[in-house]
Amino acid sequence: MIRILAISVLTVLALSALLAGFLTPYSYEAQDREAPSMAPSTKHLLGTDELGRDRFTRLLHGARVSLLLAPAAALLSLAIAVAIGLTAGVAGGPIEQTLSASADLFSSMPWLFLLLIVRAMLPLDVSAWASVGITFVLLGLLGWPGAMRVVRASTTAAKSEGFLLQARAMGIGGPRLWIRQFLPTLRPVLLAQFWISIPLYILTEANLGILGLGVSEPMPSWGNLLFELSGHREVVDSPWLLAPAACLVAALLAMQGLSKSESNPART
Amino acid sequence: MTSLFALFVVSLSTFAAEISATAPGNLQWGGELRFAMRSDPKTFDPILSADQSSELLVRLQHGRLLRVNRKTRKYEGDLAESWKILEQGRKIVFQLRKDIRFSDGSALTAKDVVHTIRRVMDPSLNSPKSGAFRYEQGNVIAEALAGDRVAVTFPVVVPSIESEVGDLPMLSAKGDVKLGVGPFVLREYKAASHLKLVRNPYYWRLLSGRRLPQLDSLQIDIVANADMELERFRRGEIHLMESIDAISYDRLQKEMPRSVFDAGPSSDVEFLWFNQNPGSPLAPHKLAWFQSKHFRRAVSAAIRRDDINRLVFQGRATSSAGLMTPANKAWFKAGLKPHAFDLVEAKRLLQQDGFRLQGDVLLDRSNRPVEFSVITSANSKARSRMASLLQQDLKQIGIKITVATFDMPSLIERISRSQNYEVCLFGFVNAGSDPMSFLNMLLSTGPQHMWNPGQKTPATSWEAEIDKSMRAQSSTADFKKRHHAFERVQQILNDEAPVLFLSHRNALVAVASSLGNADPSVDFPRVLWNADRLVWSAR
Repeated sequence: MIRILAISVLTVLALSALLAGFLTPYSYEAQDREAPSMAPSTKHLLGTDELGRDRFTRLLHGARVSLLLAPAAALLSLAIAVAIGLTAGVAGGPIEQTLSASADLFSSMPWLFLLLIVRAMLPLDVSAWASVGITFVLLGLLGWPGAMRVVRASTTAAKSEGFLLQARAMGIGGPRLWIRQFLPTLRPVLLAQFWISIPLYILTEANLGILGLGVSEPMPSWGNLLFELSGHREVVDSPWLLAPAACLVAALLAMQGLSKSESNPART
Repeated sequence: MTSLFALFVVSLSTFAAEISATAPGNLQWGGELRFAMRSDPKTFDPILSADQSSELLVRLQHGRLLRVNRKTRKYEGDLAESWKILEQGRKIVFQLRKDIRFSDGSALTAKDVVHTIRRVMDPSLNSPKSGAFRYEQGNVIAEALAGDRVAVTFPVVVPSIESEVGDLPMLSAKGDVKLGVGPFVLREYKAASHLKLVRNPYYWRLLSGRRLPQLDSLQIDIVANADMELERFRRGEIHLMESIDAISYDRLQKEMPRSVFDAGPSSDVEFLWFNQNPGSPLAPHKLAWFQSKHFRRAVSAAIRRDDINRLVFQGRATSSAGLMTPANKAWFKAGLKPHAFDLVEAKRLLQQDGFRLQGDVLLDRSNRPVEFSVITSANSKARSRMASLLQQDLKQIGIKITVATFDMPSLIERISRSQNYEVCLFGFVNAGSDPMSFLNMLLSTGPQHMWNPGQKTPATSWEAEIDKSMRAQSSTADFKKRHHAFERVQQILNDEAPVLFLSHRNALVAVASSLGNADPSVDFPRVLWNADRLVWSAR
């Protein structure tokens, strides 16, 4: 039941994002300056923003950026974390110590400056999609150390596990042992890291706007739509402003529901 | 550059008005006024203060020789009873009032004034106020004369000599920078939490024979978040907000209509300019566009300034015609109008320069599509919205603009050093009220001549004329001559449009309705400028 519900929610969100151009008659950047800050109506389902742009349209287009790129960035950082964490855990000794120290060093680096340099190097007329793509790639490249530690710790702990000893006894060894036999056991941990990263990256993208990275006006993302709420004092009077937050929560719950159902199919 | 692009504070204050805008009945001396500051003061030394929090504390604790009347905008005596400008503006002599005492009871003398000026000039302190006291031609000489008089002589004519000397916060020659002759004295400071100021028992100003200030104390909380400050005001935990945004203003107006004040157009100004520097990495064809007056005026004519005022500032802003706000009655050129929105005129001007529309795209003589980027600060929501409005406005004449946002240091680096930009959307907060504040920006040789800085000789005839007028106004202390010269500068800027001025946001404040004698003004500090007269109504 949970699985069906989760798939339904994600399908609706994904289709809405993909078919945004057909679902609303507006462009995400079109301004109706005579109708700013309007309440929801049949014409504008979620009202309009301060510049008279249709909030529903912007929400759908924002989903394209956030639902596509944040999971992609999460996958990228997870792939790096698995590669490094697994290597460290399996090799042990000095290699593990070196890789762990590298992760610590990486975590402590002032990446803000790297981001500033990247922004400075981008051409001024860089397209919005290129800018947001670069931002999410950077997030993916920078976000691996936390997950790497989890993978390394799990690998180290699993070395003496019975199923691995049994597999070795059966003649399975080398990368095959770890990738085919061990890695699937990390699936719940990796999925948890994945789900944690997605909202983090969506919100980080919005925060990076302060440095001029990420999605810039007029392109919407769930991140920058949520960011508008930080200074908005009328959420109580205008609850429809919470629509991006509601969509993000729905997407995350659906993703988590799906992962739980996959890790424990008997309960679904 | 820093002085213009930072949040610098204009030194203006004035005698308290006897009659206030809000004068509830049954006024009662005593009590505490609570308000908030966004950050801790960076210094308690008035000579070193540059940030807004420090500057506000200076104004509450320290007196000045002169202050500006906020209505007439003319100087009037404060600690100085009278003053005289001599030698065509090279020398100023002040006659001090008698019986003015510091907060420890010691008398203010001419020696204290001389000490203050010498301290400002001390190169080891590198005071942000020292710029007006350093000249290649020689030193500034401050002398204590007989009869409580002080003479300050400059090596050159200083047109704004009254403000340069008269606006310095006076220190005690004893060396304790916390001793002041202002209405309040610092009693307690807890970093990141609060400050408490109590009345100065020796404050010199009297009301009906009674020594001011009327309030017993000020409690200043450090509240970094504007939303939090607003909530605390709504709950009655603080009693005034020196500055609020238009959205907060509208909300408070609905809830507490007697507590909000719109003091009119402030000296904050929003504008954009085109990079016209031939030495910049700008593409030659774009440089040619930007150097054309017709192109700049066409862009200006396509901008709906009313929409910026209405949608970005909720109608609490005025379209701008130039650097000076209309509220600056002393210097604003009467009759100067903001560029009107006129698409027909915009297209006509573009045609004159050989531009033509092909479908929705504007092409130049060489059939290149007219596209450029606009850089602006990433942390300004208002500018981000303005940029979105500009995108749509310019689309109507076939121009495509890309908005690139940067953190402030990166933005400053681009506009002041690398010159790697095309158009910049920017603004000044508390822009200067005297033409001298804009000298480095307007002179073609100036490093802050935004559109083409540091020219050896003026690139255009109109820049040469601006140079001539600015030099004329800076070489005399005769107000009429200065005014005439600066009027010409304002007219040239308006006609040639190297900078497209957009909006002056209004000065919006919130004050508890039971606080009497509050008379909000557009200049900093907007409410606390007459802190000595603020008084509670009997509750």
